[in-house]
Amino acid sequence: MGRILPAPENHLPTERLREASKARRAFMGKALAMGAGVGAAARAARADGGERQILELPAHSTGLGQPVAARGYGQPSAWEGNLQRRESPGLTRVSAASVSFAPLQGLFGIITPNGLHFERHHQGWWDIDPSQHRLMINGMVRQPRVYTMDELMRMPSTSRIHFIECGANTGMEWGGVAVPTVQYTHGMLSCCEYTGVPLSTLLDACGADIGSGGGEDRYVLAEGADGSSMTRTISMKAALDDVMVAWAMNGEMLRPENGYPLRLVVPGVQGVSWVKYLRRLEVGDQPWDTKDEVLHYVDMMPDGVHRQYTSIQEVKSVITSPSGGQVLLDHGYYNLTGLAWSGRGRIRRVDVSTDGGRNWRTARLESPVLPKALTRFNIDFVWDGSPAILQSRAIDETGHVQPRINQLRAVRGTRSIYHNNAIQSWRLQPSGEVDNVQVY
Amino acid sequence: MRRTHPSRATAVARRVLAAAALALGMGPGMALAGQPAPWTELGRVATPEEVRAWDIDVRADFTGLPAGSGSVADGMDIWDAQCATCHGTFGESNEFFTPIVGGTSEADAERGRVASLTGDSEPQRTTLMKLSRISTLWDYTRRAMPWTAPKSLSVDEVYAVVAYILNLGEIVGDDFVLSDRNIAEVQARLPNRDGTVFHRPMWDVAGAPDVQGEDCMRDCGTADVHSMLPRHARDAHGNLALQNRIIGPMRGADTTRDPPGTLEETRRLARAAVTAPATTIDAAATPARLAQTHNCMTCHATERAMVGPAFRAIATRYADSADGSASLARAVREGSQGVWGAVPMPPNAGLADDDIHAIVEWILAGAP
Repeated sequence: MGRILPAPENHLPTERLREASKARRAFMGKALAMGAGVGAAARAARADGGERQILELPAHSTGLGQPVAARGYGQPSAWEGNLQRRESPGLTRVSAASVSFAPLQGLFGIITPNGLHFERHHQGWWDIDPSQHRLMINGMVRQPRVYTMDELMRMPSTSRIHFIECGANTGMEWGGVAVPTVQYTHGMLSCCEYTGVPLSTLLDACGADIGSGGGEDRYVLAEGADGSSMTRTISMKAALDDVMVAWAMNGEMLRPENGYPLRLVVPGVQGVSWVKYLRRLEVGDQPWDTKDEVLHYVDMMPDGVHRQYTSIQEVKSVITSPSGGQVLLDHGYYNLTGLAWSGRGRIRRVDVSTDGGRNWRTARLESPVLPKALTRFNIDFVWDGSPAILQSRAIDETGHVQPRINQLRAVRGTRSIYHNNAIQSWRLQPSGEVDNVQVY
Repeated sequence: MRRTHPSRATAVARRVLAAAALALGMGPGMALAGQPAPWTELGRVATPEEVRAWDIDVRADFTGLPAGSGSVADGMDIWDAQCATCHGTFGESNEFFTPIVGGTSEADAERGRVASLTGDSEPQRTTLMKLSRISTLWDYTRRAMPWTAPKSLSVDEVYAVVAYILNLGEIVGDDFVLSDRNIAEVQARLPNRDGTVFHRPMWDVAGAPDVQGEDCMRDCGTADVHSMLPRHARDAHGNLALQNRIIGPMRGADTTRDPPGTLEETRRLARAAVTAPATTIDAAATPARLAQTHNCMTCHATERAMVGPAFRAIATRYADSADGSASLARAVREGSQGVWGAVPMPPNAGLADDDIHAIVEWILAGAP
């Protein structure tokens, strides 16, 4: 079993700091010894005098490269082509009503590149002419209003970083292990910096009736302009808090697959409520019981009752590297890393176990740690070649601790599909292969 | 739902919203209580015709439901022509979407709860097993169906199709006529009408979670492995070596082979694999890719008939036709019905002529 170093050290009492320092020296010695061994093996394969990569200058060091603006819109390196959005075979039967998963195993930090953002379409995606797009606000308002994109983009805007997670993310794993990698277990998850106008600003401009309970007795319907004209009821309390009508993600306009030119951003709430191609918002005094509130995105309990309006994505985390379907090529040091998030606020702490949940150490959180955003965690891991079971467990600022799958099943059964926020286990085998297991 | 509230609530709304804006820390340009924000002049008032055109939602209390009616018999005709290809003659099909009909009983309709939602008697949860609000079925049929031509049904046709689905589910009789006047009676007969509950703890951001984990740090739990992928599913998601970066701390497992026995073997396989860009990023619009991106493959496949005919079958039919190319291009552009059956092919007016030409020539060549 690999040794885990205590961290972060500036949070530790003095005697623990001394321990940490001792452990780090011990680890460095071990890693150097291992490094020497690997180095010796590698040297045997080299030409005399050093590595070819250094001794023989490559074409890119001895020739002229590509001009500026050779590609007016930049593309990833051709060497990065393995990282693609992918469908899970057999999950859906019609590609226009399907989902593609983000390759979390290869992503860094907390921001998802726009081209790798997960997709979920109910009736195919469109690239809508933004000059023809309109947003209508009607219902319980002083006057129903219509906005063009020109007008919306003149509004006082704001930019904020938030995660978006499909309510069915990890849904295939309720009954047991079903898919091999973190792309398919957790890849209906992305995180962007969104730019748009706060919904409260628009509701104010239309003279919305927000009721008498701080939004408690009012609701907002969001509707898309695509074929399915997707509709979801949004909480008025959320609408007055942090919901945005957004046109941009990560510094550029929304991608067509993500709702160009306008989508709703509902921080902390499942992705289905982030209505794409947003054409209409309606204020009312009851929820609407739309198709995706009655037939789908309802959580079935063991007694057969479906819970409706289960919107909040609760505290959750996953180790992205190493993760299922990957292989380690050496013993020694690894930066074990992953993502944590909560729809109820900030991540307070992430613990990591390498022995299947028997013992835990607290991971380092990378800054920034933002509310309702992905948070990146890291922890030192030295693999000595023994089998290991890697788990992460997040705790959010409300004190909610990410549960094990058996704890979830005890309350919600095994056929819920939605809102599986269980601790994920990856098994590292002596061969270096990592696979998906359920451990408790 | 169309409703404009009395203006007295506006002052309250404005005060609360101004407070909300302050709480958001909106800074410059923020709304001040009692004073309209400078951006309220942006946009314009929607006309009643515009609101009518878009506001088609129907709530559970039937607010928004237009007057009209449709019979089971009319619904069957529409169903057979426009719905059955995807959903099956009896709404039972599992080929494209989850089944609509099945799994409910007379006893369920009496009780208001569907018994087959518990236990394992029904492998799939059908629409009628879950449906707790008849308004939901009406609203979605109108806004989103038929799948390739949403919002094309008239109000009476929507009533008829909904009546037919209810008839397939044995909730109404063969001579039933559904209308805005009797739809509430159907609601009172829906098998799963009492099967849903508004779960506030996951609606409200301050709600209390129903499942709490443990923050134990030492000697916790039992760490037993309860589930893993079966060996035969090793490559069910393709070769994972091609789904991971070719540099960095890890590689993807080569799932075209049995699992390696040793770290040395793993290392040898992985290092041997790294020789070239794993996938070229090919921006060229091949006809096959055009067909994919323009959703042709939603209804067509190369070898087998789906909603529409197989591309090979089209190629065979037009093999000796002088104007095959032109008539196919017209069918793609303008839509077509009757050549291969009653299911209409929707028009694709947004497709460029060059793209249509490329796709048609590719189909006529057997969609290689």
